[in-house]
Amino acid sequence: MPSIKLEKICKYICRDVELEISDRELLVLLGPSGAGKTTLLNIIAGLTDYEGSVLFDRQRVDKLPASKREVGYLFQDLFLFPHLDVSANIAYGLKAQKSSHDGIKERVAELLQLMKIDHLAERYPRKLSGGEKQRVALARALALSPRVLLLDEPLSSLDTQTAKYLRTELKQLQRKLGITTIYVTHDLAEAEEMADRIAVIQEGQLQQVGKPEEVFFYPINEAVSDFIGAPNILHCDRCQSLGQGVMEASCGTMNIILPDDGSPVRRIALFPRDIYVSEVRPPGPEVNRYQGVITAIKPLGDGVRLEVRVGEHKLLAELPHHIFEDMDLSVGKEVFLILKLRRIKVY
Amino acid sequence: MWNSLKRLKPGWGIVPVLVFLALWEIIARLNLTPGQFSFPPFSTVMVEFYNLAASGVLGDNFFASLTRVLIGFCAGSIAGLVVGTAMGWMEKLDKALHPIVSLLYPIPALGWLPLLMLWIGINEMLPITIIFICSFFPVLYNTVTGIKNVDKDYIRVARTLGASDIKILTTVVMPLALPNIFTGFRLEAGMAWRVIIAAEMVAIPTGIGALMMKAESLIRIDIIIVCLIVLAVMCLSFEKIFEFLENKMTARWR
Repeated sequence: MPSIKLEKICKYICRDVELEISDRELLVLLGPSGAGKTTLLNIIAGLTDYEGSVLFDRQRVDKLPASKREVGYLFQDLFLFPHLDVSANIAYGLKAQKSSHDGIKERVAELLQLMKIDHLAERYPRKLSGGEKQRVALARALALSPRVLLLDEPLSSLDTQTAKYLRTELKQLQRKLGITTIYVTHDLAEAEEMADRIAVIQEGQLQQVGKPEEVFFYPINEAVSDFIGAPNILHCDRCQSLGQGVMEASCGTMNIILPDDGSPVRRIALFPRDIYVSEVRPPGPEVNRYQGVITAIKPLGDGVRLEVRVGEHKLLAELPHHIFEDMDLSVGKEVFLILKLRRIKVY
Repeated sequence: MWNSLKRLKPGWGIVPVLVFLALWEIIARLNLTPGQFSFPPFSTVMVEFYNLAASGVLGDNFFASLTRVLIGFCAGSIAGLVVGTAMGWMEKLDKALHPIVSLLYPIPALGWLPLLMLWIGINEMLPITIIFICSFFPVLYNTVTGIKNVDKDYIRVARTLGASDIKILTTVVMPLALPNIFTGFRLEAGMAWRVIIAAEMVAIPTGIGALMMKAESLIRIDIIIVCLIVLAVMCLSFEKIFEFLENKMTARWR
């Protein structure tokens, strides 16, 4: 399987995109809708013209049409051929490439088995569930043993349960086949779970490329930080096990109690939406509760973001609008912050 | 219960027709209409049907009309399908021909009759040409629409699967355009009969239409009604044939 390299790619919103994906890697292209994710996939697949260069294994493929690039592409809306049954859908590429009749039969059977859809072979797409369609589309994309697999928000149309299940399977399959894969999504959790590396793209610009923990704990700029939920990143000076599965991490003037999984903690990410804000001192033990002063209030699309000074730290916390309106909050006011134990992310 | 009712359904359609025929018979027999010759009862019409059929007059005229319809319709449809496919698939060709087609399409097929009478003369080619025109434009129009309406993403999928353009056209685009194309066929199959009758009435000395005009001049209302029945049955069966074919070819996946 080849490595992929993009050199100075320009098209629509995309400007001078440079990106390298290693052999067998699963790279997640993460960004909001309209960021240019699908455009990049179309460029790699050769479905659109573009400026710049695409290289597979250091060979330029710009002159190759889509039908010759050996790319498996799973479209967001799948587009299973409605007039062909499942077997014929999977066999489509093989027939187009004029494989032998027996060869096609064998390969289709193999894929039906791989995707666990043997029982659906003779059904037509309109009689399939969302998850089944997904499997058929993936089998079709894999039929020609492509060198590169492009997945465009493949799970966005599925219910959470099915998506979760398929995600695991997809990741295992990718490992098993060792196929270089680009996975497009706007979903953070999905990106974190799937990715070897994440490339954050916004308005056609690649902002940051790195391992999931790098992106989450070292967001390179405000745009990336905002996109991943503007986490408060705290550096830990030391940490100490308290037994019973918890540990205490000291981050400057704040002490934070965390679940203890045995490994030392260097950085802590606190997501603003996972911090409760209270006007009065909360009841219960003084654990993961901090007193601070509001230094800024900023309305967001779906809530309000507060900046609160706690000792030497400035923490961001978010509230939904209706809760903010029920409270009497203003700059300079004292508030209490409570961290949700299970939502703290560590590195 | 529901299933058995559904199975009965086609059979039940005959009941209103029988009631209608019975009323027709009774009203005509009771002489409720002024003048006896103006409204023959159904039984008289049927007797005349038999006479016409037995003498071969009906058969000769019917086959004359049928042959014209079949030749004109097949030639027009095939031509419409080919040109329509080319226009739907090749954007440049569509751009070039679209204005011309838009101008010619609205002209009713019979509107060509005077012109064609002078160009072709009164012979067998005249009704065939009229039917050709009557079939060509709608089939063309529906084929172009059908092909253009196929989601471009299906084409892109097929491309990434390594299919050539011609392969994509024949294995993806045409099958997906079939429902639209069949709409064109179905409409025109009935329309061809309507047009041939009109053409035969005006310009051609043989065929069902011509037979009707002769009957008119002899004040033979029974013969006119026989012709109308033949016409109704033919329009309906042609449309049904295409409905059947369409179902056969697309019902599996639609």
